[in-house]
Amino acid sequence: MRVTFPHLGNAYIAIEALLQGLGHEPVTPPLSTKRTIEWGSRYSPEDICLPFKTILGNMLEGIELGADSVYMLGGWGPCRLGYYAEIQRIILLDLGKQVEFVTLEVPRGNWGLARERLRSIFGSARIRHLFRGCQLAWAKLSVLEEVENLSLQARPREKERGSVSRFLEGQLQKIRLAQSVKTLRELKEETEAGLQDLMDRVSSHAVLRVGIVGEIYTVVEPFVNLRLEERLGSLGVEAVRTISLKEWIEDHVFKNALGLYNQNSLLRSAAGYLHSFVGGHGLESVARSAELSGCLDGIIHIYPLACMPEIMAHGILPQVSADKQIPILSLVVDEHAGETGFQTRLEAFVDLLQRRIYQCQDGRKYI
Amino acid sequence: MSGRKKVYLGVDVGSVSTNFVLLDAGRTASDGVVWKKYLRTNGAPVETLKKGLAAIEQEGKWEIQGAGTTGSGRALAGAMLNADVVKNEITAHAAAALSENPEVATIIEIGGQDSKLIILRDGVVVDFAMNTVCAAGTGSFLDQQAGRLNIPIDRFGALALQSTSPVRIAGRCTVFAESDMIHKQQLGHRTCDIVAGLCASMVRNYLSNLAKGKELKPPIFFQGGVAANVGMQRFFADTLRLPILIPRHFDVMGAIGIAQIARETLESQGKQSGFVGLDVLHSEFVNEGYVCQLCPNQCEIVEIWRDGVFLASWGSRCGRQGQYNASG
Repeated sequence: MRVTFPHLGNAYIAIEALLQGLGHEPVTPPLSTKRTIEWGSRYSPEDICLPFKTILGNMLEGIELGADSVYMLGGWGPCRLGYYAEIQRIILLDLGKQVEFVTLEVPRGNWGLARERLRSIFGSARIRHLFRGCQLAWAKLSVLEEVENLSLQARPREKERGSVSRFLEGQLQKIRLAQSVKTLRELKEETEAGLQDLMDRVSSHAVLRVGIVGEIYTVVEPFVNLRLEERLGSLGVEAVRTISLKEWIEDHVFKNALGLYNQNSLLRSAAGYLHSFVGGHGLESVARSAELSGCLDGIIHIYPLACMPEIMAHGILPQVSADKQIPILSLVVDEHAGETGFQTRLEAFVDLLQRRIYQCQDGRKYI
Repeated sequence: MSGRKKVYLGVDVGSVSTNFVLLDAGRTASDGVVWKKYLRTNGAPVETLKKGLAAIEQEGKWEIQGAGTTGSGRALAGAMLNADVVKNEITAHAAAALSENPEVATIIEIGGQDSKLIILRDGVVVDFAMNTVCAAGTGSFLDQQAGRLNIPIDRFGALALQSTSPVRIAGRCTVFAESDMIHKQQLGHRTCDIVAGLCASMVRNYLSNLAKGKELKPPIFFQGGVAANVGMQRFFADTLRLPILIPRHFDVMGAIGIAQIARETLESQGKQSGFVGLDVLHSEFVNEGYVCQLCPNQCEIVEIWRDGVFLASWGSRCGRQGQYNASG
């Protein structure tokens, strides 16, 4: 099958390897652009959140490239994501797209349907290939996260503005083409060394560290968050991810399917603020903000307009901010988000953090 | 040249107005404003900037030691002037207010297209909020309604004060506020009551949008173009039950702040200003936007050219500076 799938940051690199292992031909949609959102919004309900619209746009662009199947994540929980796949399936059907729509979710009782889906997913896979594909995909996902995290540290310290992003782009394409776990390991070392060379180690001015919490899709997908991490990097700030895609898959797919996943540690961190799962990453946003406040200079909370779980978190975070003495900036994005206002808020927030540090250091006032 | 006064230039390029301030290099900021100009941007920032500079040149008695730009057009203006500092308007407004009163704890700023709330403690910005995806509660809306009622905007506030019983107007959204206002007019309410209702609803909207969960402590500064509106001043004071202070140069606080930051930056670093000089106003500027096709990112690039020479570009994700327009 020629399979297309929605984008989520650089995850496409791992997804391609996985699909190849399953014996399918991946049809990767072009990276999300303005066209993706415009196309997706045209056929989406107006008041649905931005991830839905972007994902639908990815699907349409993938189908345009000749895909005959669409893979999409499902889920069940208070977040609306659970029914996105179904609505998108119906929208594509209404648009007359002749595609097979496969929703990947942990089955809840309906084993007949699950069997049917599994049959189409594993259609032509050979066990040997399948194992190798899974192994390669997982290795790619791990390497991706590691090099991305390294680049977050390197970006605010780069000698020439933009050099880290440019270098990373090239390395990502190499990772995409890698065919063995060994090559990936070498690529990781190569990237690490390359980033070291781009960094300015002479001027060791203190770099601010800002944690990013919020709705996972918005946090991970750079087109949707207006390249938040890169913007922070060029303002001389190290962005610290609190959401790992790899961890999310481990928790919510593997452990959850086996009944091993629980949220006790999150609930402990969020104690006093939030005592239950509110869907999506709402609980994570509160828990991570509370637990990381000690080792960060500030926190940015980002979510798409109308995201219910994060609206809950938004209401709670000011209290966390006051108790833990850490500035928190909440940012809301949708397809009408203006870059100027976004940048202004970021710059003002960074100024604010900088001044706090200066004031702590020598008691003087800087404006 | 010796007879000319040494000054720092601050330019705040906003959506509705572009403000210019010259700050005496020898005096503290609050009383150092030696010249100011408030021009309508009219969607043409380059032309407006030139107009302002022409006015400075005409005076012929200033020697500019350094320049800073702020506001939504700060990057463009910064490139044109080769400004020493290009900073966001929140920092600039805070700097100006602090120079007027180091104790200031709250700044309410309402401009043409956005409104801001800045919270300060001990002279440091600790929190801020900007209105999000909505124009209700900004100067443009008042401007538009004044136009519709045929009342000059500078008389709008005074008219509101004449009201004895302001009507209640739905202020959540400008579109609904307008239809509600028309409805109240048809019912025969007095114009001054409607105008007062409008000011009150703007204050309500501002406070519920921006001030939720924030502690507004005095001294409170009210600045930005809308601070000229005495009706708004009164409703803020009534609602908050606190005195509202209007700084002397409330309409150009952003420009004052950025001029001052330019001065402090240059002085503390002991650097020479990079300001291009007033001759720049005789140059021809061309800006051009296009989608870069060099990689799949599809960045929307804007380039600016001065007299046929490439000056700067924005919007590229990779940080490239330079012209990449195949046609250009």
